[in-house]
Amino acid sequence: MQQLIGELMRTYDLAQSPLRELNETLHRQTDGSNEAQWEILNPRGGHAIAVGLDAPINVDVRGSVGYYCAGMNKKATVTVHGSAGPGVAENMMSGRVVIKGDASQYAGATGRGGLLVIEGNASSRCGISMKGIDIVVKGNIGHMSAFMAQSGHLVVLGDAGDALGDSIYEAKLFVRGKVKSLGADCIEKEMRPEHQEALTNLLKNAGIKDAKASEFRRYGSARKLYNFNIDNADAY
Amino acid sequence: MSPKIPLTTPRPSATFDDYTLSEIRRAASTGIYDIRGGGAKRRVPHFDDLLFLGASVSRYPLEGYRERCSTSVTLGTRFAKKPIELKIPITIAGMSFGALSANAKEALGRGASIAGTSTTTGDGGMTPEERGQSKTLVYQYLPSRYGMNPDDLRKADAIEVVVGQGAKPGGGGMLLGQKISDRVAEMRNLPKGIDQRSACRHPDWTGPDDLEIKILEIREITDWQKPIYVKVGGTRPYYDIALAVKAGADVIVLDGMQGGTAATQEVFIENVGLPTLACIRPAVQALQDLGMHRKVQLIVSGGIRNGADVAKALALGADAVAIGMAALVALGDNDPALDAEYAKLGTKAGCYDDWHEGRDPAGITTQDPELSKRLDPVRAGRRLANYLKVMTLEVQTIARAAGHNNIHNLEPEDLCALTLEAAAMARVPLAGTSWIPGVNGSGGL
Repeated sequence: MQQLIGELMRTYDLAQSPLRELNETLHRQTDGSNEAQWEILNPRGGHAIAVGLDAPINVDVRGSVGYYCAGMNKKATVTVHGSAGPGVAENMMSGRVVIKGDASQYAGATGRGGLLVIEGNASSRCGISMKGIDIVVKGNIGHMSAFMAQSGHLVVLGDAGDALGDSIYEAKLFVRGKVKSLGADCIEKEMRPEHQEALTNLLKNAGIKDAKASEFRRYGSARKLYNFNIDNADAY
Repeated sequence: MSPKIPLTTPRPSATFDDYTLSEIRRAASTGIYDIRGGGAKRRVPHFDDLLFLGASVSRYPLEGYRERCSTSVTLGTRFAKKPIELKIPITIAGMSFGALSANAKEALGRGASIAGTSTTTGDGGMTPEERGQSKTLVYQYLPSRYGMNPDDLRKADAIEVVVGQGAKPGGGGMLLGQKISDRVAEMRNLPKGIDQRSACRHPDWTGPDDLEIKILEIREITDWQKPIYVKVGGTRPYYDIALAVKAGADVIVLDGMQGGTAATQEVFIENVGLPTLACIRPAVQALQDLGMHRKVQLIVSGGIRNGADVAKALALGADAVAIGMAALVALGDNDPALDAEYAKLGTKAGCYDDWHEGRDPAGITTQDPELSKRLDPVRAGRRLANYLKVMTLEVQTIARAAGHNNIHNLEPEDLCALTLEAAAMARVPLAGTSWIPGVNGSGGL
């Protein structure tokens, strides 16, 4: 069921109409589309909601979603007014994804660009294999987050679980709270002015006003495992 | 003067043979395991251990040059709106830009397109060269997700979710620093020159139930248009294929241990996985038990070299095959004309497998700009097309001799085995008997 509400807002009820129709409709939106406001009702934990978007539209999902919501997002702003299952915004290219509740495992996995904001907590492997995405988590993150993280920024206002940044490449991690442990080849690094500036911008873009860059510590790669060395075998 | 005592002939050990001894010395010297490209080199039961039973009194053959014998195949008929139509059932397996030069990828695309078949990307994303030259291009979705993006996903003709491969089932890819050029580094979002070790499992799903949701996501992103393949290395083919079908695959690619890799530990290549021959029947059995044989298509790879191998794979129940190593040889890899240059690398034509070092004199498994220039993609593509055509003619020759007007009508009943091992693995009778070890108990006629 699709309803025209007001001039530009379109509402799509997943209790009435199939997922395939929703995604196909959203895929037809283009850069110049005037149907820029979308509301999705009754997501009921469904998977693959609003995936593969490629237009500067706003999508508000009223409820919690299952796996891979906003997967491979480009240009769109997707806001989940609930919690998100595994792999939210996986491989995101650009745009903005906001989760008002908590996020399950692999949030922002392999993301290449754009901003993912999780207003609650994120589970394990947040930012796994990230490749340029910026992720801001207001709460805590679980173990093995930023595993093999290649580039981009992960900002955590709360605490981080075990093995943060294991086998990390060039991603930059900022944590305000405690880090339970660091993974292989991940070390605390100096917070230089350029990092303070980048972090300040990230917090601003995420709409966070009650945290200052100076409260965070920076973590990144020691770059000791970048090339094979038998003496490093114990690190794994 | 004492009589001369006869000496025994120096006796090499079968257990500690020359290769084994050299490997112990190499390991002791370097402290690191041996890495190489290619697939298992050890002798395993293979298609050579099977023979076709030609037609005679009980069956009649078709005229070799007069009666038609179809070769086309359609892949992805289960869910995809746009299945793939191929003129021949011999596809080009996934090989990455990074492992291969851009010219080699272009040549594979050219050769496959001339022959009417598909080629496949690899662990490094899609290059404009291969998309431009490949009429039908399969885009691999790998654990590393290097180069993965929704634009290329939509440009692809099919998507192959790679769970594993035959050379290293359970292992991730490797691309050592020598081959991480500026362009490769950029495509993979990695610093130049590092030893890149890909993840062995996907970052955002584990297990068959997650795979089903992952496939759903890819279908939704591509509006259910593209066939979705699932590629597995040969380990537990019955269960892996059953689970891939359950997860929603349109096509399954099953790669035995002779299937190649760009770079992996030698100990992994030679000691993990099943021979291709041992994989096919359990896989087909799984499809049959689910009522999905021929509905979910099966592509078999790992050691396919000629039309006879293709015909045998089809007869055992595959819908198509994929070639990797053989395609590289057709392009010019390991050519004896380059023997002097192979000698400088401490090897010889036919044995060169240090592809990870990036010094391939044939210009194929390298990122060195000067070496890459040696491969003319047009000429190499033509060579691959010729080779694919020869293989196709060979399959047709065998199929007609067995009385079939379509190569997909080849069946296990057309085959016998030369060894007990091959008979048991392929589930066809030992030659001259009706005995299928493990299936029936007696060796009668």
